[in-house]
Amino acid sequence: MWIIEVLGFGQQGWGGLLIAGALMTLCVTIVALLLGAVLGTMVAWAKLSGNRVLSALGNTYTTVFRGVPELLIIYLIYFGGSGAVTAIGRYLGYEGFLGLPSFAAGALAVGIISGAYQAEVYRGAFLAIPKGELEAAEAIGMHRGLRFRRIIAPQVLRFAIPGIGNVWQLSLKDSALVSVTGLADLMRTSQVAAGSTRQYFLFFIAGGCLYLVLTSLSDRLFNRAERRANRSMPSSLGHA
Amino acid sequence: MDFVFIFQTMKTLLAAVPMTLALFFLSIFFGGLLALLIVWMRVAKNPILRNFAKGYIFVFRGSPLLIQMFLVFYGLGQFGFIRYSFLWPFLREPFVCAVLSLALCTAGYTAEIFRGGLRAVSVKEIEAARSIGMSGFLLVRRIIGPIAFRHALPAYSTEIVMMVKSTALASLVTVWEVTGVAQRLISQTYRTMEVFLCAAAIYLILNFLILQAMALLEHRLSQHRRAVPRLP
Repeated sequence: MWIIEVLGFGQQGWGGLLIAGALMTLCVTIVALLLGAVLGTMVAWAKLSGNRVLSALGNTYTTVFRGVPELLIIYLIYFGGSGAVTAIGRYLGYEGFLGLPSFAAGALAVGIISGAYQAEVYRGAFLAIPKGELEAAEAIGMHRGLRFRRIIAPQVLRFAIPGIGNVWQLSLKDSALVSVTGLADLMRTSQVAAGSTRQYFLFFIAGGCLYLVLTSLSDRLFNRAERRANRSMPSSLGHA
Repeated sequence: MDFVFIFQTMKTLLAAVPMTLALFFLSIFFGGLLALLIVWMRVAKNPILRNFAKGYIFVFRGSPLLIQMFLVFYGLGQFGFIRYSFLWPFLREPFVCAVLSLALCTAGYTAEIFRGGLRAVSVKEIEAARSIGMSGFLLVRRIIGPIAFRHALPAYSTEIVMMVKSTALASLVTVWEVTGVAQRLISQTYRTMEVFLCAAAIYLILNFLILQAMALLEHRLSQHRRAVPRLP
């Protein structure tokens, strides 16, 4: 019975806090995914631009942020970001230490990592567009903006859905590392609960189960999105 | 740029590289063995084995490695029957816990990769082998294993790079590998950028070397697929 008490929503229970932690994890991941979408689009565009400097920059970005441990990047953003904020504060006349809020640091770090993976997803999706379609658009006199909006963007989004689903799962799990900055996400909350009740096993299992709920629900969501995006292409291979 | 500081940092971090490599190789080795077992269960006809493997893969791929590592490191010691068993002298060590959880986690991912490789073995090749009388272990060793492994290699090298990065989490259970040492240096000196660049360089070089080795392996395993150079 004590299990129900510690995991429940009562006075002694950690249930409410764990749910709140799961929501925090979800928030960090959503913000990170959106940030990563912006960064990823820019990097993919840089890599596809044909300009040597731009594509070298894009390649450096994807190599570094996919090749270096996520934890190290979180340290970089959290400590480095706080240093930068303090420097700006000093410049504006504020003496003393200013910290980067852990939510911002975490979402930024996970977003930067997610951007590197998303860049590759968008690049692959762009390359999957048949060349003839781009030529056809040009041939009937579409200019760049219109071609992007009517031909490129809808198809890139459709081809990218499975890849984005993978990136989302990665980001969801990377967001657990943000707990090292003290953000009260699901990981951190299970850790605090485990420490203060001495029930390590129970709370890490509970936290793990909530992560499984998040990953399997989002997996189902992405499968549905994929099916919906492909509803006009009944014969496409590898459908969900 | 303070080159003396960077040189010192590099030296301190390089001293931690053997620990990172030890974590990496041990967990890849044990994870690979476990993955073979899981994938065997996953493709078995027996529904109990198959569903167990499915569940294993779902749990270990669906939850973050950090929570698995904490579960092993903090959670197991909570039980008396483990603390008083012959395993406790091993499970007390953070290094063993880190390797154990890394191996358990990578086994889930690797099993799926190997299964993808198995699915790429064409039925014709298996039929051909059966028709000349190969079966059982011989069939696996001569035909299915090599072909599946070669097909799985590209995805497996991605997983291996992920594992190099995952060893960083061992620092959170007090194993002093490169990221842990880097974090300590950052909090001692507050020179985030320099320390980060040094540590990042180490990881990028490690990953580059490992990917290079995997590419070489792939090249050697697909010799028969390249056209034979014509003699002049």
